[in-house]
Amino acid sequence: MYDTNYHKPSSVADAVSALSGAEDGKVLAGGQTLLPTMKQHLAAPSDLVDIRAIPGMVGVDDDGDALTIGAATTHAEVAADPTVNAKLPGLAKLAGGIGDPAVRHMGTIGGSVANNDPAADYPAAVLGLGATVITSKREIAADDFFEGMFTTALEDDEIITAIRFPLASKAAYAKFPNPASRYAMAGVFVAESGGSVRVAVTGAGADGVFRHEGMENALSGQFSESALDYTDVDAGDMLSDLHGDGAYRANLVKVMAKRAVAKAG
Amino acid sequence: MSDGIGARVKRKEDKRFITGKGKYTDDIRTENQAYAAFVRCPVAHAKINGINADAALAMEGVIAIHTGPEMKEDGIGDMITGWAITSKDGSPMNCGVWNPMVTTYGRYVGDAIAIVVAETQAQARAAAEAVELDYEELPATVFTGDALNDGAAQVHENVPGNMIYDWEIGDEAKANAGLANAHHVTELEMVNNRLSPNPMEPRSAVAIYDEAEDHYTLYTTSQNPHVARLVLSAFYNVAPEHKLRVIAPDVGGGFGSKIYIYPEEITCLWASMKTGRSVKWTSDRTEAFLTDAHGRDHVTKATMGFDADGRIVAFKTDTIANIGAYVSLFATVTPTYLHGTLLSGCYDMPAIYGNVKAVHTNTAPVDAYRGAGRPEATYTIERMMETAAREMGMDPAELRRKNFINEFPYQTEVILQYDSGDYHKLLDMAQKEADVAGFEARKAEAASRGKLRGIGYSTFVEACGLAPSAAVGSLGSAVGLWESAEVRVNPVGTIEILTGSHSHGQSHQTTFAQLAADRFGVPIDNVQVIHGDTDKVQFGMGTYGSRSGPVGMSAIMKALDKVEAKAKKIAAHTLEASEDDLVIENGEVKVAGTDKKMAWHEIGLAAYIAHNLPEGMEPGLKETAFFDPVNFSFPSGALICEVEVDPDTGVTEIVKFTAVDDFGTIINPMVVEGQVHGGVTQGIGQAMLEGVVHDESGQLLTASYMDYAMPRADDVPSYTLDHNSTPSPLNPLGIKGCGEAGAIGSPPAVINAITDAIGNNDLDMPATPSKVWAALQAVKPAMAAE
Repeated sequence: MYDTNYHKPSSVADAVSALSGAEDGKVLAGGQTLLPTMKQHLAAPSDLVDIRAIPGMVGVDDDGDALTIGAATTHAEVAADPTVNAKLPGLAKLAGGIGDPAVRHMGTIGGSVANNDPAADYPAAVLGLGATVITSKREIAADDFFEGMFTTALEDDEIITAIRFPLASKAAYAKFPNPASRYAMAGVFVAESGGSVRVAVTGAGADGVFRHEGMENALSGQFSESALDYTDVDAGDMLSDLHGDGAYRANLVKVMAKRAVAKAG
Repeated sequence: MSDGIGARVKRKEDKRFITGKGKYTDDIRTENQAYAAFVRCPVAHAKINGINADAALAMEGVIAIHTGPEMKEDGIGDMITGWAITSKDGSPMNCGVWNPMVTTYGRYVGDAIAIVVAETQAQARAAAEAVELDYEELPATVFTGDALNDGAAQVHENVPGNMIYDWEIGDEAKANAGLANAHHVTELEMVNNRLSPNPMEPRSAVAIYDEAEDHYTLYTTSQNPHVARLVLSAFYNVAPEHKLRVIAPDVGGGFGSKIYIYPEEITCLWASMKTGRSVKWTSDRTEAFLTDAHGRDHVTKATMGFDADGRIVAFKTDTIANIGAYVSLFATVTPTYLHGTLLSGCYDMPAIYGNVKAVHTNTAPVDAYRGAGRPEATYTIERMMETAAREMGMDPAELRRKNFINEFPYQTEVILQYDSGDYHKLLDMAQKEADVAGFEARKAEAASRGKLRGIGYSTFVEACGLAPSAAVGSLGSAVGLWESAEVRVNPVGTIEILTGSHSHGQSHQTTFAQLAADRFGVPIDNVQVIHGDTDKVQFGMGTYGSRSGPVGMSAIMKALDKVEAKAKKIAAHTLEASEDDLVIENGEVKVAGTDKKMAWHEIGLAAYIAHNLPEGMEPGLKETAFFDPVNFSFPSGALICEVEVDPDTGVTEIVKFTAVDDFGTIINPMVVEGQVHGGVTQGIGQAMLEGVVHDESGQLLTASYMDYAMPRADDVPSYTLDHNSTPSPLNPLGIKGCGEAGAIGSPPAVINAITDAIGNNDLDMPATPSKVWAALQAVKPAMAAE
């Protein structure tokens, strides 16, 4: 790892100012992607701005209609949180299935969403539940937030402070892990709320997390596995690599969608 | 005797390993420690015009940067191979020159070009990145099956057509005649996938040059430190043997990959002399994927003929074996004498012919990896047996029984003579323990849950206990494959066993000590096993080829015999009894039928005090022995794998894996079971998960665990293991070796089970979910459309 300047601000304002003052600053939360990348010399930020000591960055807030989760809340905290388990069990289960225990106790929801790894799990939940990304500057709807692999609507000096998830009447996530990395090769989050269904897919798409309109329409008509039988996933839109070609991933998307529907009940 | 032969003694080494107190090469710290990093070839084939190290040399902490041409100028020798193979036309093999660091051409991604020595590891690595490389990229040959094609890029100018040798074994005319008259002929093309060895501890070296003494010390991750010293001295001209000490301290796994002497160790020794500093290099994981010798990588076409009764009449194989860019130490023997000689499997085959063409490609060197040649032979044979049974409508177990060798010793058509075995018993036991009788009911139950169940067999024999020195010498080996041991009894009766075998996970500290505990009835805590240091142990050939049991322990047994004989002489003299009347029991030497006895420690004391020894006897109680086996040993086994495939995703779950092995005499059943667990897990890894993948240009796509799938605990079942031992008549213990059997036998059992489940035999390893799903679609076009 190259030398870098480490900051640990105690307010969002200080964090933003440290970030804007840096030549090439990066926000550090759990560091589960950033630090390995730096160790491999694939990233060399001049400054790291650690946001974990900022008050209010950790925890779950329930306002009755939505759960707001602080950006520095770890996956393990989300997985074990009683409120999340009661109100959005699908989200708790997703968090409990990310990486391994070491990753889950360090990695954070804000870090995962900001990084927008095409095989990460959280983006599927954020998009599938139609969540809102709350930043140091504004609120961004999930549909406007994810802009393709490792790309988001975030500006350079903008920090995610929380994610607000509207409650859903049914919500579940099913993923097929890559045999090597155990990242999602296809992860599908389905959510039904007020008769409308959202289906978000991670891991499989050639351009990162996406919504599948055909499946959403089919499930809005009838929320059942068989409703998906006649939907199509375009293999040409899928990633193709040594772990599986587009046809296989397209198949996995459909199978995982069905399994998510079955779990959501 | 609770600590003796056959006892489940808990491992003496576990306390230090489990509590993180092991001492590995990277743990060695010296006073003037400097660190090395290598500048490596970024493409698969390039002409290196030179480097510009000005910026790198100016960086903080950088001590020196040296290149291959400088090494050559200093007289450091080229890398060597330990086994000369002769082609079928009588011509010697033809291999490219391997300089420890590139002199002109980089021939694979990762080929070492320059060494950077700096004050810290981080500084060395940063400076290595800052070295500018002037190179011209050249066309590369990447894939095994392409190497012999017309127009394939030449890896070495002096190896036309990339062909290292075109070797044969057996009788081609006889095999052809057998096939021509066969009632049924089975043909299959198979890929034995290329594997990365992945020991837990990556390779590491600490090289220390002492200018005042003109002496070198090398700490290194080696399975055979004496062979390393021999090669470094005799061929690489680093230093003469008496001025070079090689120490392989705790080593965290090898699987073959740490047999070889790599460019990095040699270069660190040389760099230590150049810089006057102790030079440490430790591979990171991606460097390990790039530069550790890979395993397997065969493409094979096999043909097997049967008579109307299902008896094999002839077997023929045609193999291309990828050796990589350079010929590593034992790379040439693995696809030939460790593969072709096993083509008879455990079957009575009247005619066999094997052809192996070894080729250079622009990839990392390929050498022996757990099993080395024998897994390749076993995979070919056992897939053929299963395929033939299906084609002929026979039960695969019955087809095997019909062809099993029944009498021993058995002379195969391909050089080897098997020592002992009972293949029927192994298969009978395995079928019973796997509850083969209940399979159809389990299959129907699985089908009711939408799952496809399959069952697959592998009955195998392998050659261990490498190897009779004269025999391997006549086949081209540059070294003899005996082993040495020294047993030292201290004046207080405690015992030290010095062995040329090397433990890097094999539990020698425990099992070797059991031999002395068993012999003299002393507590195992009173026995210490010493290995891995050329200054302590006189010589040794190291650990590989499941040789530490049949060869290494045999040497210890011979030394124990000598110690026992001398101890009895001392006791007989002291007790005024005849040696013939003496018995050793519970740590005492007794005169049978009397109450006269000496405690073991009293004999030790008597030997060293030497006040009252038999006339002419030298003081002391310490004996050395060398054991050179008269033949290989031949462990065998019957494995049955049962799988359940999810047709929606292609995911295969191994629901039961049964292994019944014949390892001859077992010293410690717990340790042997551990070896089988590890071996079978590696075999399942090869069958379902692992595979080195390059892109067309030769870049390694599987350069980290993000893409190279290693088996995890939840990928494998709880194994059902059993043994039926037919002791080898060829060594003092009757031991056959168990280190590789699991990895040798298991891959075909897994693939045979999966192909049975999905009803498509067109499946290569690793049978990943995506490949299994695709194979299912190929036989179920109607399902694929939906």
